[in-house]
Amino acid sequence: MRSVDLEESSVRELNGELHRLTPETNETRWVIEHPHGKHAIACGLDAPVTVEVKGHVGYYCAGMNKHATIVIDGNAGVGVAENMISGEVRVKGDASQAAGATGVGGLLVIEGNASARCGISMKGIDIVVKGSIGPMSAFMAQAGTLVVFGDAGEALGDSIYEARLFVRGSVASLGADCIEKPLSDEDKVILLGVLERAGLSAGSDGGPDGFRLYGSARKLYHFHIDNVDAY
Amino acid sequence: MCGIVGLFLKNPGLYPKLGFHLAAMLGVMSDRGPDSAGFAVYGSSQADHVKLTLRAASAVEIREAVADLGKAGAGDLDSVFHDTHAVVSVPLAREQEVRLLIARDSRVTLAGVGARMELFKEVGLPEQVAKRFELSGMSGTHGIGHTRMATESAVTTRGAHPFSTGKDQCLVHNGSLSNHCGVRRFLSREGLTFETDNDSEVAAGFLTWRMQQGASLEQALTDSLADLDGFFTFVVGTESGFAVLRDPISCKPAVMAETDDYVAFGSEYRALAVLPNAGRARVFEPEPARVYAWELR
Repeated sequence: MRSVDLEESSVRELNGELHRLTPETNETRWVIEHPHGKHAIACGLDAPVTVEVKGHVGYYCAGMNKHATIVIDGNAGVGVAENMISGEVRVKGDASQAAGATGVGGLLVIEGNASARCGISMKGIDIVVKGSIGPMSAFMAQAGTLVVFGDAGEALGDSIYEARLFVRGSVASLGADCIEKPLSDEDKVILLGVLERAGLSAGSDGGPDGFRLYGSARKLYHFHIDNVDAY
Repeated sequence: MCGIVGLFLKNPGLYPKLGFHLAAMLGVMSDRGPDSAGFAVYGSSQADHVKLTLRAASAVEIREAVADLGKAGAGDLDSVFHDTHAVVSVPLAREQEVRLLIARDSRVTLAGVGARMELFKEVGLPEQVAKRFELSGMSGTHGIGHTRMATESAVTTRGAHPFSTGKDQCLVHNGSLSNHCGVRRFLSREGLTFETDNDSEVAAGFLTWRMQQGASLEQALTDSLADLDGFFTFVVGTESGFAVLRDPISCKPAVMAETDDYVAFGSEYRALAVLPNAGRARVFEPEPARVYAWELR
């Protein structure tokens, strides 16, 4: 195990070391001490290693992740796990705005709450939030799955494309072109698959049936001849 | 971009360290606003006296100006000098008279007035600004600070935050307001005066106006949601209060930490990490369009 103390090394030095790791590396477990809310910790990883960060992190932690597993034992600032390609990021506390933004793959698990714009422009990432999510989440979400055990804030899924949003609690309001959809067997399989990867069960409140599914009404992103005068 | 910080102490044992902690928080936020910095500290008060914070172009000039105010009729003023600023304690009965003398001296700007508030701002790297004013040595119950990256108006001392438009009232702002000209015109008609063309001063003026009409700080902030348009995170101080508000879209970052000893605000968690026991604090992000307010007991 490698231990790095950010009171002694800079984030740039840490990330430099992590970037030099090859897929065959034997240094597969890293522990980062004293992050003190610093930005861009463990960004751009491209090796199957596990990085555990002991404390609260600042902006863009675990950004652009590929293959790595990053566990944040604390809260995360703006844009945690943004633009993820693959791998897993787990936040044990709360996450700030734009968690999992623009991710094309991989899994983000937030054990606390996520604030505004969670999963904004997600493109295939799977996001599981055990608490609640803030307003304008899944804005322009294109693909992937967002699973929320708690509640969702205002304007969920505004201008959504083909992402699936599963919410067990209340939804303050739906954004433009986002509607509730019937929960099909195929949807339930997808939901249970994501939860299994996250190491969670669907809970006792009716299992997967306890969730409601939201998605696109598909009225906004297809050109509609009745709107021709608007152009 | 800008960085803002605020610290409200619950534990009187920490009062002597208010400035020390605020200075550390301000220093961390230098990255977010290297142009200029400012802060307000709510310190001790003296019965039937008011504190006037005066500012001049240099440390020499402020000393000369305060001496000249004395000769001009203000008498022997009880003054504490901090670099380009002086905090002058004046009996309430003589406040208007002394303020008239100050208004006549073109070298001096009245930066703030209050029973407890002292307000300092200057162009320069925040860490150095805090050092020049010896913030680390100041004590008090609460304080707010700002590191500025100017967007709306010029990099000048006058354009730095906090803005104070009423006794013991001040505000720091991260963001930009889009309807400040209209609100300024309205408030001017209501009798408020503004020192700058800065949007944030209008926000401070709006709160002052509402509180003049009897609103509490919390009510005044709630009203600002309807009347101020734009991006904002505000941290506001009054003689006994401390409050935080974010715009309904929460465009600008904000994070808070609360322990039994204090409530702290920072634009980023990094600014809170320097506080005692920050790792064990309840850390949360203020929700959009919700007023958070604390009062001294």
